[in-house]
Amino acid sequence: MTTNGATSDRQPGKLRLGVYWASSCGGCDISLLEIGEHLLELIEVADIVFWPCVADFKYRTVADYPDGYIDVCLFNGGIRSSEQEQIARLVRRKSRTLVAYGACAMDGGIPALANLESTREIFDAVYHSNPSLQNPGHVEPQTHWATPHGDLELPRLYPQVLRLADIVEVDYQMPGCPPVGTQVWKVLQAVVAGEVPARNAAVRVGCDNRSVCDECHREKRKVRIKEFKRPHLAIPEPNWCLLEQGFVCLGASTRSGCGALCPKAELTCRGCYGSAGLATDQGTAMLSALGSVMDAVTEDRANELVGQIADPTGTFYRFSLASSALKAHRKP
Amino acid sequence: MSQADLTPVPVETPTSQPWEPRIIAFLCYWCSYTGADNAGTSRLKYPANVDIIRVMCSGRIDPDLIMTAFAQGADGVMVCGCHIGDCHYIAGNHKTMTRMPLLSRVLQDFGIEPERFVHEWVSAAEGDKFAKLVRQVTEQVRQVGRLDWPGRMYRRGVGHGEDLQPWGDQA
Ligand code: SF4
Ligand code: SF4
Ligand code: FES
Repeated sequence: MTTNGATSDRQPGKLRLGVYWASSCGGCDISLLEIGEHLLELIEVADIVFWPCVADFKYRTVADYPDGYIDVCLFNGGIRSSEQEQIARLVRRKSRTLVAYGACAMDGGIPALANLESTREIFDAVYHSNPSLQNPGHVEPQTHWATPHGDLELPRLYPQVLRLADIVEVDYQMPGCPPVGTQVWKVLQAVVAGEVPARNAAVRVGCDNRSVCDECHREKRKVRIKEFKRPHLAIPEPNWCLLEQGFVCLGASTRSGCGALCPKAELTCRGCYGSAGLATDQGTAMLSALGSVMDAVTEDRANELVGQIADPTGTFYRFSLASSALKAHRKP
Repeated sequence: MSQADLTPVPVETPTSQPWEPRIIAFLCYWCSYTGADNAGTSRLKYPANVDIIRVMCSGRIDPDLIMTAFAQGADGVMVCGCHIGDCHYIAGNHKTMTRMPLLSRVLQDFGIEPERFVHEWVSAAEGDKFAKLVRQVTEQVRQVGRLDWPGRMYRRGVGHGEDLQPWGDQA
C-alpha cells in the first residue's frame, strides 16, 4: 500500500461513492445491482454522492464538492462528446480514486465500433437513411441554437470514441460488458475494507491474469480449423472447444475473470474482458492466434479459409476498438 | 499503456523537401533478408524508401507490429518470408500465409488501402525479385499518397482534449 493509501487521507465517516455513465448503454449501472443483497451491506458503509442513473444529481452539485470529495467513482462509458469529456475531467478532480468501469470506459466498448464510420455517416444513418425514420425537414441536432429566450448550447459529438484514460488519469480499470456481479462485489469489498491504494496507474481489477480459454471447461482436441461457421447458422457440439469447431471464439485473446460465461452457454466469447496478458491490441492478438490454428498448407486454402471469416474487424475488436493501435478509421 | 497515449504526437512540420513514402519491410532471416542482401551484392538498384527490419521467421511477425508501424507513421508495410515449403522452421510461414490476408482485410476496414500492405515470398536467391518488389511497392504507395496516421489522429483531437464548453463545473 502506498502512502496515499485508501485509509490515510480519507475523510472520516461513510465512504462516498460516485457512479457516472458516459457513452454507454446503462448495463454497467445495472451490473452494480447484480451484487444483490450485498447492496444493503454497501449502503451501510457507503453514501452515494453522485449517480445520475438512480437519483437526480446536478452537475452543479458535484462541481460544488471540494476536490477529492468522492472516495471512489466508478465511471462507465467511453468519451464520445464534449459533455462526457467535461464530466470526466470534473469527476477526476472530485474523486480520490477513479475507476474506468466496464469495457466502454476501458476500451471503448461496442460504441467504439462506430469509430469505423465517420461522424457524417453516423448522422446520415441516425437522422436520414434509417428506414424507420421520417425526417422530411432533414433536421439534425445543432451545437448552437438561438431562441428568443437566449442561445442554447448542446454538447458536440467527437469524431471518435475515446477511452476514459485518453482524457484523464485513471487509477483502476475494471473490464467486462458489463463486469460480472461476483467480481463487482469482490472489488467493492476491497474498496470498503481499504485494501486498495487510492491511486494506481490503471491497474486492472475485477479480473484474473489468464485468458478465458484457461477457465473454459470445453475440451481442446488440438485439431485445426477446417471451416469457419457462424453461430446463427450451426449448432455447436457440446463440450468441445468452439474455436476448434470453427466458431470464432475470442477466448484466447481475452482476459479471464468472467468464469467463461459465454462458452458455458454454448456461445462464443466475444471478448468483453479486453486483451489478455501483455497485449494491448486485442484484435491483432486474436488475428495472430487464429492464423496459427487454421488447417491450411497451401495459399489457396488459406485464402479460402480467411474468406469464410465474417467481419473480422468487428469481431476481433468488438469491445476494444478504441484501444487498438489504429483506434479509428482514417476518414474524417 | 494508456497514459503514454496522452502525450500529444507532434504534427510533422512541413519541410521544403517533397514527401517520400516511408515503407517498413519485415524480412525473415533465412530467405528474404538474404534475398535483399543478394540484391545488394548483385548491385541491383532499388529505392531507399524501405526500412528493413530483420526477424528470424515471417511467422514471428505479430500483426500488432504491422498495425503499430502504420499507427506510428509508416506509409506502407512489406512482409516477406521464405516460399511455402522452404521455411527454416518448417511451418512458420504457414502462419504468415493465413494471418496476412486476414490482416489485409482488417487494415482495409480501417481505411488503409491494399496498396500499402504487401506480403510476398522472396527466396535467398531472388535478389532481383526483391529489388523489383521494392520498386513496385514504393511506386504504388507513392500513388496512394501520404498516410500520416499520427498526424491524422492528432488533428482529430485524440488524447488532447479540444473545444471544451465552459459549462458544467462553472455552471
Ligand atoms: S476458444 Fe472459446 S470454446 Fe475454445 S477453449 Fe477458448 S474460450 Fe473455450
Ligand atoms: S466469455 Fe467472453 S464475452 Fe462472455 S462474459 Fe466472458 S469475456 Fe465476456
Ligand atoms: S524462416 Fe523464412 S519464413 Fe520462416
